[in-house]
Amino acid sequence: MTAQSERQNAVEHHDTDAHDAHDDSGSHHGSFKDYLIGFVLAAVLTAIPFWIVIYDVFRNPMVGAVVILIFAFVQIVVHMVYFLHLNSKSEGGWTVLALIFTSILVVITLAGSLWVMSHLDSNMMPMSPDQMRSMP
Amino acid sequence: MTAHSGTAFTEIEATPNAEATAEPEAPVFYVTEEHGHAEGSTMLGFWIYLMSDSLIFAVLFATYGVLSRNYAAGPSPADLFDLPLIALNTSLLLFSSITYGVAMLEVEKRRMGLTLFWLGVTGLFGLGFLGIELYEFHHLIEEGAGPDRSAFLSAFFALVGTHGLHVTFGIVWLVTLMFQLPKHGFIPENRRRLLCLGMFWHFLDVIWIGVFTFVYLMGVLLA
Repeated sequence: MTAQSERQNAVEHHDTDAHDAHDDSGSHHGSFKDYLIGFVLAAVLTAIPFWIVIYDVFRNPMVGAVVILIFAFVQIVVHMVYFLHLNSKSEGGWTVLALIFTSILVVITLAGSLWVMSHLDSNMMPMSPDQMRSMP
Repeated sequence: MTAHSGTAFTEIEATPNAEATAEPEAPVFYVTEEHGHAEGSTMLGFWIYLMSDSLIFAVLFATYGVLSRNYAAGPSPADLFDLPLIALNTSLLLFSSITYGVAMLEVEKRRMGLTLFWLGVTGLFGLGFLGIELYEFHHLIEEGAGPDRSAFLSAFFALVGTHGLHVTFGIVWLVTLMFQLPKHGFIPENRRRLLCLGMFWHFLDVIWIGVFTFVYLMGVLLA
């Protein structure tokens, strides 16, 4: 919470505080506490998906898949914040901007490919496993 | 540059008009960004490299996603993947991330011995990760589940292999810095290199989150 308010302050006093914001970039390398919090969070966020899959926690595999994807997303954010020390003021906001742009491209690439190709797949001629085995 | 061309232009023209007389008062540029922060642009540039690298991985993930059900009557992820082994691999990479963080904290304190120690530990975790991955690949190929078996396995080896290749180059970079660091000390160049390698290393851990979730866990879950 305090970090957020600091960030807001930095944004509000962008011009005057620009130097201060960069001078405490010593802390943008992170403290041991930061790494420890990140490590514990990452370990928990890794352990739960493995537990879900190995012990078949959810009856419906689709529910399990959605849950572990959410865990993966949260863990990626944790890594970005605690290990890569990403915040809205590093490099004057350009790193976050590049990240948002990349994320959009990644989502378009992934969702677009899966969507288009699944339609293409369901429009293909069906093939039995026997026919498949005799494929060249 | 503009000042030079401007003067050359006035010499050739030799007819001082209003624009030519205004020329000597070249525009003054104020550098609003702070000085002496040269590594700033390098870090941003390296970050943009990492973003472009994640596009490579996005395409490989998309390829895997499209082909992941095309077994060609061969083995499926549930037949092949050994999740406890992957969990071990994941924890090795996670440990290497935090030991690299600790090494960076020792760099801040300018303690050479401990920095090298934690970089070495990071490298060993990285080597452990690579060793397990190579063991897994070897095991799969021995079982006849090599990249030539099915489209699913081709995409799997391409994606996981590319990540493993990145880790390999990360270790080469790490070893290089472990020689450069004692030789030149904590000079700004070395600290910049360490920061870049740190971003690279943590970034590989981020990609691995996608790999173990999307490839291994969802592969076993939905197979």
